[in-house]
Amino acid sequence: MTRHGKTLFDKIWDAHVVKSSEGYPDALYIDRHFIHEVTSPQAFDGLRKRNVKVFNPSRTTATADHNVPTIDQHLPIKEALSRHQVETLRKNCPEFGIELYDLGHPYQGIVHIIGPELGLTLPGMTIVCGDSHTSTHGAFGNIAFGIGTSEVEQVLATQCVLQYRPKTMLIEINGTLGKGIVAKDLILYIISKLSASGATGYFVEYAGEAIRRLSMEARMTICNMSIEMGARGGLIAPDETTFQYIKGRRFAPQGESFDRMVEQWRQLKSDPGAEYDHVIKFDAADIAPMITYGTNPGMGIKVTDRIPTINELKDISEQPSFSKSLEYMGLQPGSAILGQAVDYVFIGSCTNARIEDLRMVASMVQGKKKASNVEVWVVPGSKQVEKQAREEGLDKIFEAAGFQLRQPGCSACLGMNEDKIPAGKYCISTSNRNFEGRQGPKARTFLASPLSAAAAAITGRVTDVRELV
Amino acid sequence: MVKEKFISLTSRAVPLPIDNIDTDQIIPARFLKATTREGFGENLFRDWRFNSDNTPKADFALNNPAFTGKILVAGKNFGCGSSREHAAWAIYDYGFRVVISSFFADIFKNNALNNALLPVQVSDQFLKKIFSAIEKDPGTTININLADQKITMQDGSDESFDINPYKKTCLLNGYDDIDYLLSLRDEIKHFELTH
Repeated sequence: MTRHGKTLFDKIWDAHVVKSSEGYPDALYIDRHFIHEVTSPQAFDGLRKRNVKVFNPSRTTATADHNVPTIDQHLPIKEALSRHQVETLRKNCPEFGIELYDLGHPYQGIVHIIGPELGLTLPGMTIVCGDSHTSTHGAFGNIAFGIGTSEVEQVLATQCVLQYRPKTMLIEINGTLGKGIVAKDLILYIISKLSASGATGYFVEYAGEAIRRLSMEARMTICNMSIEMGARGGLIAPDETTFQYIKGRRFAPQGESFDRMVEQWRQLKSDPGAEYDHVIKFDAADIAPMITYGTNPGMGIKVTDRIPTINELKDISEQPSFSKSLEYMGLQPGSAILGQAVDYVFIGSCTNARIEDLRMVASMVQGKKKASNVEVWVVPGSKQVEKQAREEGLDKIFEAAGFQLRQPGCSACLGMNEDKIPAGKYCISTSNRNFEGRQGPKARTFLASPLSAAAAAITGRVTDVRELV
Repeated sequence: MVKEKFISLTSRAVPLPIDNIDTDQIIPARFLKATTREGFGENLFRDWRFNSDNTPKADFALNNPAFTGKILVAGKNFGCGSSREHAAWAIYDYGFRVVISSFFADIFKNNALNNALLPVQVSDQFLKKIFSAIEKDPGTTININLADQKITMQDGSDESFDINPYKKTCLLNGYDDIDYLLSLRDEIKHFELTH
């Protein structure tokens, strides 16, 4: 192809098309496939029914995360259905020759946390997983997106997925984030501007000074939530920050091989003048600590703002859904969110359970105690994060503050295991979704950054972190 | 493997005039523990459909005897959030064969198409028309003709809908993506060796 001005997305996509036929979706080769216990069993069943083997087992990695307990992981899982699901993964992986990082394994953890930390996630790749937050991996400059179980079966059987090429969107954030304002605030701000469906049909590239300044872990937080505005994925061109992060990781190329790869990875950027289907620019100076008040991640405001009133909605057709949402949350239109009492604080999930997130929380709570009205769960994203947190003494800080440091898993992000927020209770959460019932039936979720969550843990209320940092 | 075909359907419809219905509402995470594809219909819209003591909520559309049929009509951005294919399985298992909305989330749309559940995207105006027609007469029927890509109301008003030609062929004939991909195995092997 001699087309000039290609986007990074188009370059990676084009390099992975096995077959492109008029009227057909592209058969896209997948470099890395992650699976977990919840969205894979039916795919393995499909392989058995077809009598098909896994096409290339070395390109799939499995872990147990969604449905696992976060205490006493060395004991058999109590709940029968959860146990059966994890045992099914234990049976399927060896049968089909797939590496499994099971409960207790030093590499076990949330699938989107372990991929990057093990060096399985690399620039220029195509990466899929039966989980919508696969977009996380895009932080390394690759095409990573969530798929359904039928597509998991496609990848297992053929190492390809059939996909139509999405449109491309550039989101550029210039300037510098203020004190106490972190990646989570940045992405919640973008989603609040674009809405929960504003990027549907697009693949997003994040760029600009504010993105360049972010660490890899912060970039993962950004890309992770791309799906919350409907985008299939989000990516950031790799740079020195990326290469430094990858260097020396367990499965990353080592030595000379690494140096050669870095030379190739340096080419992974959009050409000057590359055309996107949509371009949006923001100024980092406009961003403040963010919090959601409603039941989709687009319903976010600056923590110092008031909840909108019905008359302030842009679209009159949104009124019934807006009212339903606020009724569920037990909040009044037009009221302040600052000072709202919280009952639970959840620090975890593929959005914010990496070591930097835990350090951020520890720095806020060091020498302080949680408010008596809150229960605080810190759920590390992986065994490695947990180990490092203990090595750095963060566990002691959490313990002294009255926080519970648990074992790795998706936990209260989706309340699939027993970590559920009780009905009617308010939880300030570093996770990615505030949908009705997401953290447990009738649970009420405020999405916020690890700093904001830590601040609320101390005060027992929604707090402006800028008053504490 | 040959799947169920979809050619045309005339049915009454169940209205859910709510925007941004996410897949956690369609099937909450705690009901994703099965290892087969069947039986998810029982928990479709679980927390909207049932009280915490498992009694049906009388005001929810699926519990209203006036509403029935194989077509679900929902507000915009239907199926956003989690990629769980269980959402498409649950809707299908309950007995729906078509979901109509003015906008679908990407992953849900793919999942539905892979399970003989047809997502029909109509204009905002046409969606309003459908909701008000059902409100006026819950017995009203809607025809979905996939070959013609046309949705027709009982009063004769109609609208064309888009579907990609490959997926249309698959649905009309009961073809399966994996069969197509398996036919490319040699090309995939070649790609793998040369990249």
